[in-house]
Amino acid sequence: MRAALQLSEAGLKTAVLSKVFPTRSHTVAAQGGVSASLGNSEEDHWTWHMYDTVKGSDWLGDQDAIEFMCREAPKVVTELEHYGMPFDRNADGTIYQRPFGGHMSNFGEKPVRRACAAADRTGHAMLHALYQRNVRANTHFFVEWMALDLIRDADGNVQGVIAMEMETSEIVVFQAKATLFATGGAGRIYASSTNAFINTGDGLGMAARAGIPLEDMEFWQFHPTGVAGAGVLITEGVRGEGGILRNSAGERFMERYAPNAKDLASRDVVSRAMVTEINEGRGCGPNKDHVLLDITHLDPEVIMSKLPGIREISIKFAGVDPIKAPIPVVPTCHYQMGGIPTNYHGEVVVDGKPVNGFYAAGECACASVHGANRLGTNSLLDLLVFGKSSANSMIDFIKAQPLELPELATADVERSVARVERLNKQTNGVAVNDARTAMQRTMQAHCGVFRFKDMLAEGVEKILEVEKMVQQTEISDKSSVFNMARIEALELENLIEVAKATMISANARTESRGAHVRDDAPDTPETPNGRDDANWLKHTLWSRDGNRLQYKPVNLQPLTVDTIALKTRSY
Amino acid sequence: MTAYDPIELKRIRWRSRRGLLELDLVLERFFAQRFDSLSPAEIDAYKRILDLPDTDFLDVVNGKADLDDPEEAAIIEILRAV
Ligand SMILES: Cc1cc2nc3c(=O)[nH]c(=O)nc-3n(C[C@H](O)[C@H](O)[C@H](O)COP(=O)(O)OP(=O)(O)OC[C@H]3O[C@@H](n4cnc5c(N)ncnc54)[C@H](O)[C@@H]3O)c2cc1C
Repeated sequence: MRAALQLSEAGLKTAVLSKVFPTRSHTVAAQGGVSASLGNSEEDHWTWHMYDTVKGSDWLGDQDAIEFMCREAPKVVTELEHYGMPFDRNADGTIYQRPFGGHMSNFGEKPVRRACAAADRTGHAMLHALYQRNVRANTHFFVEWMALDLIRDADGNVQGVIAMEMETSEIVVFQAKATLFATGGAGRIYASSTNAFINTGDGLGMAARAGIPLEDMEFWQFHPTGVAGAGVLITEGVRGEGGILRNSAGERFMERYAPNAKDLASRDVVSRAMVTEINEGRGCGPNKDHVLLDITHLDPEVIMSKLPGIREISIKFAGVDPIKAPIPVVPTCHYQMGGIPTNYHGEVVVDGKPVNGFYAAGECACASVHGANRLGTNSLLDLLVFGKSSANSMIDFIKAQPLELPELATADVERSVARVERLNKQTNGVAVNDARTAMQRTMQAHCGVFRFKDMLAEGVEKILEVEKMVQQTEISDKSSVFNMARIEALELENLIEVAKATMISANARTESRGAHVRDDAPDTPETPNGRDDANWLKHTLWSRDGNRLQYKPVNLQPLTVDTIALKTRSY
Repeated sequence: MTAYDPIELKRIRWRSRRGLLELDLVLERFFAQRFDSLSPAEIDAYKRILDLPDTDFLDVVNGKADLDDPEEAAIIEILRAV
């Protein structure tokens, strides 16, 4: 919507397609805030923000894009304020800022207040401010339309998308001089995810089918404790209050992994211990796929007074009252760092050259500012900065095009229609739910928060098997109107592309970096944190065709300042 | 259940896909367990609730806020219980 606004205000005819009403996009879940070095509460500087982002990315982020984002941040946040975003304020009327993990002053010295928020509804307020402004600018919204595939001509230039109106299942071509994907993340590839059901990576699936590689898909951020089977987060405060993690034998296993800190060890240590327990057969439940977070030994009064929200979540989503029984938990996927490869102008880049007419921004894109690990509050910033910059690139591109639209290339349209036809006609096929569950279990078990060489190799085989299931999905409801079964089957065809990209890229990257942590690339004095810059300081590019992997160098050269030199990432 | 426009029912089903995971989970259960036994008037009330922004909707489901309309409040009671 940030891009649409820029385009509409420039007087261009702009159509926004969305599967749901735009203000119900997953961005509504963002509570924490959006980062910008405004320096309203204490001294701050974009170069400090840049340093934190490069370090957070474990040096896999492109430093030109990171400089651009951090330098633009104060501008885009101030613009958003002018669009009517109800930011929390200081007494002097300036935007109130609070600290957030990983954001520091003076190149990593001490925490700085950089996050701007609108109470606990930052994402919601942002969607509303941008939507209202778009309505004013006459952006044309096509709500409850699902884009199915990208249209490219014989030279690879992008001509628009094929989309389906959900109400009628009618398939329509949207031909455009420029096309932007801002389709969000694909967290639903995992069995346990904090993402809403709508996050099915459609943009990534469409790009992959159109021959665009996906970048750095092995990098996913996880949270150690989500409710098993649901994904809703249990805050780390529960362990702070005395919560204990137990395996199927009831053992307090953290004593073995972190004899001193035990259950209060850092996120990665806890996640890794949980996964190791599950992998070694000491998981709980019929599928032995989670562990237990036990607070039954705490005084019920303490639980009621200090952790009321957690009790509610546990009763509602795990079906257990934590006063009486332990909560099933599992490391839970939260954010996708990789995506459609772009430069900081928002142009999709393949083989070093922009793809004419194609742009991407937000969680579906990889600019790459988050590298191997995103800092909290940097993703809402990513939406604003690259939404705007891609729109500016689109405006320049469109102005240079002839007035008339070129003749429509029909090959992709036919392929897309055939894809839907296959689904409609499939008999003796696989149930969508079964194929999706198989994918999610495979990803969670073989390519979760902590990864093992053999499990990854096996995971590649398994996910290619699951792909065969997805190619044969069958739906019993063939009706046209709001056919949710068809929509979900089509979404699964996108998810599976992301799942393959993730598994295959992760299997190949034999180092540990940021959110990609492997058992066989441990922390040693020669390779701190298991990172191997000599061999792996490069971006992965996975192509759907033959599951081919290629690599491209990380851009270590910022635009105007000196390179932030490689260092061990430690906090 | 008495006749309710089947097209409208399917639209309602899709509009029950929300931006927040917690709502998705609650509404999924609501559809599996309770939706089919709602009366047309109750479905109308549910439809009005769907117009709430996700954040307000979740607050109501979580008991942090209430709805004034008694028909809507009754649906919310069901959602709180599933
Ligand atoms: C619980 C939670 C809390 C978070 N908190 C923060 C935070 O505090 N700060 C922060 O910076 N980040 C946060 N994040 C991350 C951040 O919210 C997301 O990265 C960001 O909102 C993604 O925005 P987006 O615009 O890329 O995608 P989305 O908001 O997911 O929007 C995608 C849009 O694309 C549309 N779409 C998708 N596929 C299709 C299709 N095939 N056809 C038509 N339309 C389609 C959808 O309808 C939707 O409108 C949080 C994430 C989670 C899960």
